[in-house]
Amino acid sequence: MSAETTRRIEAHLGRRARWRISEIVFWLALLAVIFAFPSRAALINEILVAGLFALSLDLILGLAGIVSLGQAAFLGVGAYAAAILASWDQADPTLGLAAGALAAAVVGFATAPLLLRGADLTRLMVTLGVSLLLGELANRNGWLTGGADGLEFSMGKVLGRFPIGFTGQRNAALYSFAVLFVLFALARRLRQSPFGLALAAIRENRLRAGALGIATSWRIVAIYAVSAAYAGAAGALLAQTTQIVSLDLFDFHRSADVMLMLIIGGAGWLYGGIIGAGVFIVLRDVISAATPEYWEFWIGLLLVVLVMVGRDRLQEYVRRAASRVALRLARDAA
Amino acid sequence: MLTILFDGVAYGMLLFVLASGLSVTLGLMNFINLAHGAFAMVGGYVTALMMDRLGAPFLLTLPVAFLVPALLGVVLERTLYRRLYGASPLDQVLFTIGLVLMAMPIADFLLGNEAHQVNLPAWLSGSLSVYGVGISRYRLFIVAVCGVIAAALQLFLVRTRFGAQLRAAVDDARVANGLGIDVDRIFAVAFAVGSGLAGLGGALAADVVGGIDPSFPVKFLVTFLIVVTVGGSNGILGALFGALLLGVLDVAGKYYIPSIGAFIVYAVMVVTLIVRPQGLFARGDGR
Repeated sequence: MSAETTRRIEAHLGRRARWRISEIVFWLALLAVIFAFPSRAALINEILVAGLFALSLDLILGLAGIVSLGQAAFLGVGAYAAAILASWDQADPTLGLAAGALAAAVVGFATAPLLLRGADLTRLMVTLGVSLLLGELANRNGWLTGGADGLEFSMGKVLGRFPIGFTGQRNAALYSFAVLFVLFALARRLRQSPFGLALAAIRENRLRAGALGIATSWRIVAIYAVSAAYAGAAGALLAQTTQIVSLDLFDFHRSADVMLMLIIGGAGWLYGGIIGAGVFIVLRDVISAATPEYWEFWIGLLLVVLVMVGRDRLQEYVRRAASRVALRLARDAA
Repeated sequence: MLTILFDGVAYGMLLFVLASGLSVTLGLMNFINLAHGAFAMVGGYVTALMMDRLGAPFLLTLPVAFLVPALLGVVLERTLYRRLYGASPLDQVLFTIGLVLMAMPIADFLLGNEAHQVNLPAWLSGSLSVYGVGISRYRLFIVAVCGVIAAALQLFLVRTRFGAQLRAAVDDARVANGLGIDVDRIFAVAFAVGSGLAGLGGALAADVVGGIDPSFPVKFLVTFLIVVTVGGSNGILGALFGALLLGVLDVAGKYYIPSIGAFIVYAVMVVTLIVRPQGLFARGDGR
């Protein structure tokens, strides 16, 4: 490779790595929403946590191209790890968050080898099977998890200062926002890194990536563990901010919902999960206010239309619309 | 002991009828049809409503429970499913989850939230005693019906011209087309048969699972998938063996070691996938 080519590739990668104005506006707008609608803090918090959960799926589906119907497994592990720790009077949220992410990462690392062989269909089934197994484990080990009754616990203050939970809904949303932002920035960095580029190569063609000397198996195991840690962090946030854990965290519908969110927003560009979570939860809120029993119908219709029209085209549209809105906001602010 | 074995076999047979349609669409046609349970639900509703509102005899409702979902299957296949035959697994999963999400509120809207029961006729309820072993008549009926279906389906796919054409069309649609096989029509018929079998399974299962309600498609989705996963896609016999294995293990497990319950079924699936990840689903890349 000539020096000129190398220089041009470096310049291109450098440009890609820079934070764009539309991105900065996006995060500021998100922060502004929390302060603008204090009465809807619980809903916003739900969106932020779901956004983090969808981001975790984007790490494996969008970056590495691995399909999963069992992401709920890690949500559940993270949530239970944080809740169990809190029920043992270790109520510091940051500690619980770290424990949730770590526990989920360990489970992810242990189950990742199951993904290395077989086709997409096998992966869908293995991931689904693992999440059902873990759910059944949580169900059967009531001495640890509280079984079907769930766990009761109280949370301490974030960094020893800010109370979260029912009395501090806005603090909870801000706490989730901070965690989401930090983890997002990390994921963004990861995507630009050589590791992220190797994952892109694996996604496009695993055989050729292997032939180029990329250790594909290890890369997949690593990103799966990272994704599990993200999902575990989302679970810990969910447990801490709602102060409820129950067995339905492991349910199939959790894994399906998060996939819908990511698909609505578009996989592979990291913002898709957050935008999709917002669209999904706001839609659910609006529709279920009008017709409580039948909101699923409209989500289903949306999905069918999405697939029929073509995900790629719609995602391109969402992406362009999002950056246009962000640019206009930036211009108005200036 | 023998009663448990028999119950397990009957449960396995029931699983087989519910999943056999899926082993046609998923196993043979390689379409990840998560909406399979929705067709089963339609069949269950047909039987329950015909007996309830029209007073039709149970046996007469079964063919209708096959035909209605089959027709529905053809309509959906012609309009929507066929566009996705070549699509990625992810698109198929999303599309069929969308269908399930639509089917449940529709059933809820039309027929209400509560479970519709299928009241078995007198000659099918109660149990007989064979050499001191108590056997429920309905389970015996299920085993008989399912045995016939399994045999018929296997012969249909292996021995008939249509079966050969279907296998050819699945293996390579373009070449099959070039040989003068009407691939479109073959797929439509196969899909209809798969949907119809799901409906029949739903009708037969209604009594055992405590009635048909709008959540049926999701409640048993995982079970269907496990049966097909464990059985593999090598035709109908794989699904039959898988279903029998799971049925016996599940019933025996719940009886002897109730503390681990549903654990066994999931564990069997995961272990199967670990030991034979390629062999089970690998029609596409196992060749």
